Amino acid sequence: MSQTFFFKKRVRSLVIFCVVALICFASSVMTQFDLSQGIAAIPKAIVWGFSSFYPTADSFVYLSEIWVKMQETLLVSIAAAATAAIFAFVFAVFGSRITKVNGFIAMLSRAFANLSRNIDVSVWSIVLLLTFGQTPITGFFALFIASFGFLTRAFMETIDESGTDPVEALKATGAGYVPTIFQAVVPSSISQIMSWILFMIETNIRAATLVGILTGSGIGYIFDLYYKRMDYHTASLVVIVIVISILLIEQISNYIRRAML
Amino acid sequence: MKASPKLTNDVFAATDRLPPIKLKKLTKSNIVIRTTMIVLAVLTVYGFVTFNNQKLNFWQNLFATFANFRTIFFQPHFNHFTFSQAFEGVLITLALGLLTTIVGAVVAFFLSLLAAENLTNKTISNSVKTLVAIIRAVPTVLWVLIFAIAAGLGSVAAVIGMSFHSISYLTKAYSESFEELDEGVIEALKATGAGWWQIVFQSIVPNSLTSLISWTFMRFEVNFGVAVAMGAAAGAGGIGYEMFMSGVFYFDIREMGTITYFILAIAIILEIISIQIKARIRA
Repeated sequence: MSQTFFFKKRVRSLVIFCVVALICFASSVMTQFDLSQGIAAIPKAIVWGFSSFYPTADSFVYLSEIWVKMQETLLVSIAAAATAAIFAFVFAVFGSRITKVNGFIAMLSRAFANLSRNIDVSVWSIVLLLTFGQTPITGFFALFIASFGFLTRAFMETIDESGTDPVEALKATGAGYVPTIFQAVVPSSISQIMSWILFMIETNIRAATLVGILTGSGIGYIFDLYYKRMDYHTASLVVIVIVISILLIEQISNYIRRAML
Repeated sequence: MKASPKLTNDVFAATDRLPPIKLKKLTKSNIVIRTTMIVLAVLTVYGFVTFNNQKLNFWQNLFATFANFRTIFFQPHFNHFTFSQAFEGVLITLALGLLTTIVGAVVAFFLSLLAAENLTNKTISNSVKTLVAIIRAVPTVLWVLIFAIAAGLGSVAAVIGMSFHSISYLTKAYSESFEELDEGVIEALKATGAGWWQIVFQSIVPNSLTSLISWTFMRFEVNFGVAVAMGAAAGAGGIGYEMFMSGVFYFDIREMGTITYFILAIAIILEIISIQIKARIRA
């Protein structure tokens, strides 16, 4: 009895393992990915990193230029998250099952949020590049659309989780729709909402690098510039500035999160 | 009857003397939330003032953007590639995402064993967690471009570069699900004289397997999007590269529409699967 149980379990694990291995093999063939090459690339990259990917005294000349672009990227990321949060809150209120006005509007706002979330930020940035060109506004709108989609879903879940009780209590007193939202939904979910906005800012700074490389603006552009010039010393300084900025923002948001709860 | 107006006057007089009722308490939490909101609002306004440094006609461009969106969503067509080529591009992007997820999951599994506080000690756990946080601070596209110098642009640099974030994300997720496990189970196994690996494979893995699978699939969902972006920005190939070509080189936004629908379809399918996995695990 127990022997057949363990035997079946083993066979099942073996089958799952084989299926996963087969899919991986097929994927490797299709993408011409070679795991041994990949593993070999790691020591090569480390050796290269220590031998040429570090800032020298010459590259510090560009520090002020880099910092200007980093500031721009930080502002774009914050502005995109903050404005997207306002729109996302309205859509989340209409889309949440607790506060929805009617089923149709709820479905519509969910569909709209799904559309902007499920299309990758790189797609949005290329579309916006055609009209807004190499400006911070392109980056802003690309991050705005992506943040809007993500935050709407996050806010909707937050409102759903906050429960129906406060909303029903206020409805029972005869409060209108808007007062109900601001006196019941906002107070019970505001700290969670702020936490999501902070998370969005962190995510946006990382995504801004990618958007910058694609659209030629902000910190991503300046990295790409030095990278393509093969000025790896300065490029590494850009990376260091990005890493320090992100870690700093993370520390600040962690502090705010702890103080809020 | 005559006394009643006098009585209300008295009540009004009484409330005049009383301090107003406080509806909101100014706690530390409220102050922090308000300050954060004000700071974010100020930075946003300041950002908007500085963004338009090239004196674009904002509204005209915005309307042009909406017109482009309409073309993309309502007039997609095939021009530089066929349906089967687009499908192949999607499969390549999916394959890149899958390989990244598997590489990330395997490495993250071992790292998370070191990062879980109940399996090691605080020093090792904290140092692994710090390492992972620093890895996450470097954007994925930079990892890919840095590896491209050592391995050349292509799938190898893409998969290895993209794996870094997956490793970092999954290590955090896995180690947190290990830490949630009941301490008693580990102690019971320790009491029977089980070794460290036996504890891991007989109690830790079976007990957290469902959440491990759920996290891994969620990461796969993210990695599909990352793979699209890396195709566009770092020469990883697949549908992302096709999109970059039709958008930036051919200026063919109708073809971008086709690609957008392909990406959207896969993303929605992945999300539905992910939601079902989560629902099944919760049940």
